[in-house]
Amino acid sequence: MPATRRQFLSLVGSVTVIPIVALPPVDATPTMLNTAIRNVVGEAAVRIGKVKLEIPPLVENGNTVPMTVSVASPMTADDYVKSIHIFNEKNPQPNIGNFYLNPSSGRAQVSTRIRLADTQKVVAIARLSDDSFWQVAADVVVTLAACTEEVN
Amino acid sequence: MAALVNVPTRAKRGDIIEIRTLTSHIMETGFRHTMDGAPVPRDIITSFTCRHNGAEIFRADLFPAIAANPYLSFFTVAKESGKFEFEWIGDNGYSSIASASIIVE
Repeated sequence: MPATRRQFLSLVGSVTVIPIVALPPVDATPTMLNTAIRNVVGEAAVRIGKVKLEIPPLVENGNTVPMTVSVASPMTADDYVKSIHIFNEKNPQPNIGNFYLNPSSGRAQVSTRIRLADTQKVVAIARLSDDSFWQVAADVVVTLAACTEEVN
Repeated sequence: MAALVNVPTRAKRGDIIEIRTLTSHIMETGFRHTMDGAPVPRDIITSFTCRHNGAEIFRADLFPAIAANPYLSFFTVAKESGKFEFEWIGDNGYSSIASASIIVE
């Protein structure tokens, strides 16, 4: 919501100038997430549905989180899933993985294990053979973060 | 061989089969630091490809958010007997291959 934020900031700025600098960049990473998604989908609309993301809602260890993504598709030569893209909201980098399928995949389903640095949203987007995009998001609570801990 | 691949040895023509792969790799994210603050350079697998008799059937781009020892499971339709070839490519010139045979009847 850039417009709302701008309005808010200008409102704050009219009252006092100093706290603006001190505001943490709260939407810095969601912006990266949006940019990463736009890099894949371009200007296309992303609809909600068809994609299913199976991931535990609560994980103790963010270093290895099992994840399965599947797409409702007949996987025929005329109607199949071209690719599946997984994104996160709060890791240092918004991408998790891109998976490329074809009609002979038979079933549009991929499983892997991922890292989550924080409690956050995971987004899966599928590109179908008609170049439409479908997405689903899942919230995951992480008690032990991955990625950024010190190396001993 | 640092990789484990799981492919059914036999399948009926037209069956949808699951292929599972696991390879040994640190997947160092590049976002970590040592105790004295030095950054640990990134060292990950960036690409995975599976081919059946030379034709690509599945490909993946991997990022630091993939857990260490990358596990991947995906599906394909059993069409003909032959060989599945698996290839992992990564930072610092990393490359690893594996293969598995299938009999389709």
